[in-house]
Amino acid sequence: MAALTLYALAAGADFGGGVWDLLAHGPRAGRQRALIAHAIGPIWEANHVWLILAVVLMFVCFPSAWSALSTALHIPLTLMLVGVVLRGSAFAFRSYGAEDDAAQRRWGRTFAMASVVTPLTLGLCVGAAASGAIRVRDGRLLTGFFESWLRPFPLVVGLFTLALFSFLAAVYLAREAGEEDLRADFRRRALAAGVVSGVLAFTALPLARESAPLLWAGLTAGWWSLPFHLLTGLCALAALVALARKRDALAQAAAIVQVTLVLWGWALAQFPYVLPPDLTFEGAAAPPAVLRAVLGALGAGLLLLAPSLAYLYRVFKLARS
Amino acid sequence: MSDLLAARSQMAMSLGFHILFAVAGIAMPLLMVIAEDRWIRKGDAVCLDLARRWAHGTAILFAVGAVSGTVLSFELGLLWPSFMAFAGPIFGLPFALEGFAFFVEAIFLGVYLYGWDRVPPRAHWFAGVMVAVSGALSGIFVVIANAWMNTPAGFRLVDGRALDVDPFAAMANPAALSEALHMALAAYVAIGFAVAGIHAFVLLRQPGHPLHRRALAIALGVGGVCAVLQPLSGDLSARQVAEHQPAKLAAMEGVFRTQRGAPLTIGGWPDAAAQTMRFGLEIPYGLSLMAFHDPRAEVMGLDAVPRADWPPVAVVHVAFQVMVACGTVLAALALLGAFLAGRGRRVPDQRWYLKALLLASPLGLVALEAGWTVTEVGRQPWIIHGVLRTADAVTPMPGLPVPLAAFTALYLMLGAVVVVLLRRQVFQSHETAPLAAARAHG
Repeated sequence: MAALTLYALAAGADFGGGVWDLLAHGPRAGRQRALIAHAIGPIWEANHVWLILAVVLMFVCFPSAWSALSTALHIPLTLMLVGVVLRGSAFAFRSYGAEDDAAQRRWGRTFAMASVVTPLTLGLCVGAAASGAIRVRDGRLLTGFFESWLRPFPLVVGLFTLALFSFLAAVYLAREAGEEDLRADFRRRALAAGVVSGVLAFTALPLARESAPLLWAGLTAGWWSLPFHLLTGLCALAALVALARKRDALAQAAAIVQVTLVLWGWALAQFPYVLPPDLTFEGAAAPPAVLRAVLGALGAGLLLLAPSLAYLYRVFKLARS
Repeated sequence: MSDLLAARSQMAMSLGFHILFAVAGIAMPLLMVIAEDRWIRKGDAVCLDLARRWAHGTAILFAVGAVSGTVLSFELGLLWPSFMAFAGPIFGLPFALEGFAFFVEAIFLGVYLYGWDRVPPRAHWFAGVMVAVSGALSGIFVVIANAWMNTPAGFRLVDGRALDVDPFAAMANPAALSEALHMALAAYVAIGFAVAGIHAFVLLRQPGHPLHRRALAIALGVGGVCAVLQPLSGDLSARQVAEHQPAKLAAMEGVFRTQRGAPLTIGGWPDAAAQTMRFGLEIPYGLSLMAFHDPRAEVMGLDAVPRADWPPVAVVHVAFQVMVACGTVLAALALLGAFLAGRGRRVPDQRWYLKALLLASPLGLVALEAGWTVTEVGRQPWIIHGVLRTADAVTPMPGLPVPLAAFTALYLMLGAVVVVLLRRQVFQSHETAPLAAARAHG
């Protein structure tokens, strides 16, 4: 039970990381850059930490799963890291250092490219892990270094992640933009990204049936499946309709709920496996004393974090004038 | 190059790179808030300008520190999966705490960097204090996790599995206090003197420049105080190592033979094949005195350790000598600076002293890298002292020289860019209004 709660919190953290990381994935036509930089400048460092927190919780709470994952997915994870490094540092270099335009543009390009690589490989890893292609027996990994992720299903999940993040980013930016024409730009992009992620989601599903049977079963068999998917789809539609009708705040709310549901749907479908089909939550969880300690730390940490984060967002997101 | 060596090199390179930026993230915020406090209390506008400039530098360094730290948190698993499978639950608690401390640091750094015009001065200053405190805490938590690898605690080892795991006992491992203290002080020393050296350089070109004089005073003050305190924490560390990691101490000092009243060897080259120290300067009873506070105490030599379990003696010994030498020079410079400042009742900006500071400015960072070499290489061949060997923990992934080369190239490029950007920060030609006014007043 503790493990489940922990996982929920970790997934929540993951979700937060997704929501905010993606801010970078907006489109990058020239005059929108300033808005993007302005929107993520003060908060990207904090958002970036969700990723670290997720990794730490993973290796503390499910060490054997993390060990298997980081071996089988060594290559895409390493690629993702290169993306993380380039994205973060390129953004800082662009904002703080260079005065001349050529260098700024170069960092801007690096930033943009790295912003594509990171969610793509992240989704790839999630897809590979969820598909059940990583096999573990008696603590030993049986899978090679390529076979689990170099397949259609993980690739589609990677693209889906990228599209979903872009969609969210555009929705947020449409909300934040000052001028009407900028808003319209981002609304159009959000609509496009939303439709693309929908198409990719429906491409991933039939693939899951073949390549990720356990996930497929989880997604379709549970009593909760149908209403859950309906709700997710409804939110997606609501977000798109709201966008089309220029109700930006509503679109933002619907998009947030939608992405949350996608993540939770994944988590529920995968339950009780942390790494299907060999590692369950129970089997892979750290000793109870550790889970209790980490849960305590998590509670105390969130008590400290919540007001700090609220303060950060109040200063920079609400007091925009 | 073997995959094990490649993995170790990648880890060492990543740590060595990250630590430079991590200490900046710990110490720079302290310098900033001291400068800003002087502005708020005394209305010294030059100090505000200084705090802003330091904040810009901090932003760049912090960003690189954050991403290179993320890389490390993944590399632990990517390179050492069986180590993490074993150790993750035991020493994971400080990592989780570090996650939160780092989170708080990032949040308030956002407020600090972008909030100059959005929040009142004291609130802004307080955000800076939060950054400084949580930065120090996150560093301390990570060092506690490392200390656990040196002196593992909080579990029972039964047939290669950890039972009765107690994460709090693991955090309270014997090396935790001395390592964390030593590292925290080292961060302030290294950054304090590095920053002081940079401003000394500008002062040599533009004597009496008000901004750089104030910068020198603050940076030298912080670095100097900690440099004088550092030998005390070093003493604590030495006694801890002597008690819990005798093989590491033997390698640090090149002690091949277990003996009472062991001498302290300064310099020299340990010849591991012949099992003797060559060319060293010996201080009789020095080591026994240092390690146990008793001139007759017995110091374990490498002869008590199976040959296969020796750390690379020469590397550890030389690194230790380098660390102590750098620390000694900096402590002496700090005392000299305090003497000059006390006698002249002013910032010690005599040209010869500035030149000395300039020459000494990289020494703190050198000592830092050397100290990490001592503690990490000195623990070999173990990744968890006495529990798990590094060679048994490495990933089965082949071709590890490839990511090693990739990350080395990436970090070299990042390092070069940071140097260029910081140069621009320091030598910004434009003069702000308060600075011009302060100059007009002389």
